[in-house]
Amino acid sequence: MSDESSRKVVIPGEIIESGNDYLPGEGTEKQGENIVAMKFGLAEESNNLVKVIPLSGVYLPRRGNVVIGRVENITFNGWVVDVGTAEGAFIPLTEVPRFVNKNELDEVMDIGDMVVAKIMGVNQRGIDLTVKIRGLGRVDEGLIFKINPNKVPRVIGKEGSMIKLIKDETGCNITVGQNGFIWIQGDKIENELKAKEAVMFITERSFIKGLTEELKKWFDNEPLGKVPKTKLNL
Amino acid sequence: MAAFKSKSEISTQTNKDSFERPDGRKIDELRPMKAKVGIIPNADGSAMFAFGDTIAIAAVYGPRKMHPQHSQDPEKGTLRCNYNMLSFSVTERIRPGPSRRSTEISKITEWALEPIVMIEKFSNMVIDVHIHILQANASTRCAGINAAALALAHAGIPMKDLVSSVSIGKLDKQLVVDVNKNEEDWEEGEGATDIPITLTSTGEMTHIQLDGKITGKELKEAIELAKKATKQIYELQKKALKEVID
Repeated sequence: MSDESSRKVVIPGEIIESGNDYLPGEGTEKQGENIVAMKFGLAEESNNLVKVIPLSGVYLPRRGNVVIGRVENITFNGWVVDVGTAEGAFIPLTEVPRFVNKNELDEVMDIGDMVVAKIMGVNQRGIDLTVKIRGLGRVDEGLIFKINPNKVPRVIGKEGSMIKLIKDETGCNITVGQNGFIWIQGDKIENELKAKEAVMFITERSFIKGLTEELKKWFDNEPLGKVPKTKLNL
Repeated sequence: MAAFKSKSEISTQTNKDSFERPDGRKIDELRPMKAKVGIIPNADGSAMFAFGDTIAIAAVYGPRKMHPQHSQDPEKGTLRCNYNMLSFSVTERIRPGPSRRSTEISKITEWALEPIVMIEKFSNMVIDVHIHILQANASTRCAGINAAALALAHAGIPMKDLVSSVSIGKLDKQLVVDVNKNEEDWEEGEGATDIPITLTSTGEMTHIQLDGKITGKELKEAIELAKKATKQIYELQKKALKEVID
C-alpha cells in the first residue's frame, strides 16, 4: 500500500506480471508464467504477492471482519442479522458474553436493533457472527449511515490514520463496519454530524493522493461548533 | 436519430470487387462505437455500449440470494440474463414485455457469458444481468452482450476474460462486419444472412448464431472477420473500464 505508483487498474483476463518471481494473490490466477487478473480493480504488488483490490461491487464477507447490521429475527437460539450480504448472518446465543434467559432474548437485542459484530466464519449455511469481544454488541446511541463498502479501506486509512484524525478532531467514537456501515457516537449531535461530513468528504474524493492532508485542511477551514448547513435533515 | 434510408437508396451494385454498403462503410468497418461504465448508480455494476444508433445498457445486481429457494443451486451460482427492448427503441412501437424473441436472446446472452464468469463459488446465489435496448438499429444482441460483459466486470464479479460480440452479415455473396437495419433487410441476390459471433480476447468463441445459407468456407472467413472486429471492440471495452473512477 505504501507505493502508490505501483498500483494500476486492471481488467479481467489482463496479465499483471510475468515470470516466476511472483505469487498469485486474491483476485488473480497463475496461467503458465503469467499472473492474470480475474477481477476488475487495482492491482497491487507487495513482497512478490500480486493481488487485485476491487473498486466496485457488493461486499463479500470474510472471517475476522467487523460488521454492523440490523437484527431481523429472533430464533430460539440466537439472532438473525442483516449485514447487507447475500447470505444471512446469525449470532448464536452462546456467542453473547453473558447468560441470557431463553425467553428473554429480546432484552439483549430486539428486532430492529443495530449491532456491531465480528465474523467468526463463512460457510454454506451463512455467516456466523460473535459479540463476545469488547466493543461489540448492541448499538444504543449515536448515528449510523452507510457508504460504499469498497471505500471502507480509504475511510480507515493507512494503519487507521484517517479515522484517527476524524476521532481526534471531532472527539467522537467511530466504528467502521467492513460492510460499509459507520457508527458515530459523540457527546454532541454537532460533532457527530461533523464526523459524518468528514467521512462523506473522504468517500467523494477517494481517488486523491494525500487525502489525509486534504482532510486536515478541510478541518482547519471548517472549525467545530459551526453547524453544517446541509444534511441536517436526517 | 435513427433516420433509416429508404429501400430505393440501397445500392444496387452487388459486384464483389467494388461492393458498396448502403452507408458507405468499408466491408470490415464497424459503426462508430461508444462504451461507458458505471452509468446506473443503484446497480452493483453497469455499462452502456453502442454500435452507431444501436444503444444497449446493462445493469448487474448481485451476487445475491436466489429466490425462490427451490431454484437455488448448491453446487454453483446462477447467471440470469434478461434482454428487453424498450417500446420506443424501434421506429414502429413494439409491445413492451417479454416476447418469444426476447426470451430467446436472454438465454443466448446467458450462454455467451457463462463460460467467462466464474460462478463456482457463489452457491445458492444468483447474478442478475438486465439488458435494455434504448435504440435499435440491428446487432442489438451483440451490443447487449458487450454491455453485459462490461457491467459484470464493473460489478467486481470474478471473470476469466472479457467477451466482445459482433455481427457478421452476408449480403448476397459479400461478407460485411457489423450489419445495420438497412443491410439486415437486404433482398437482392441470395438476400441477407446475419451471424452474431462472440469471442473472448484470446479468440475463443463463446457464442455463434446462424440462420440462412452459407458455405463452410465463407463461415470460416466470417469468423476471421469477427476476430479482427472484436479486437477493436475489446480495446474500447478495456479503455472504458480503465476510465471509470468511481
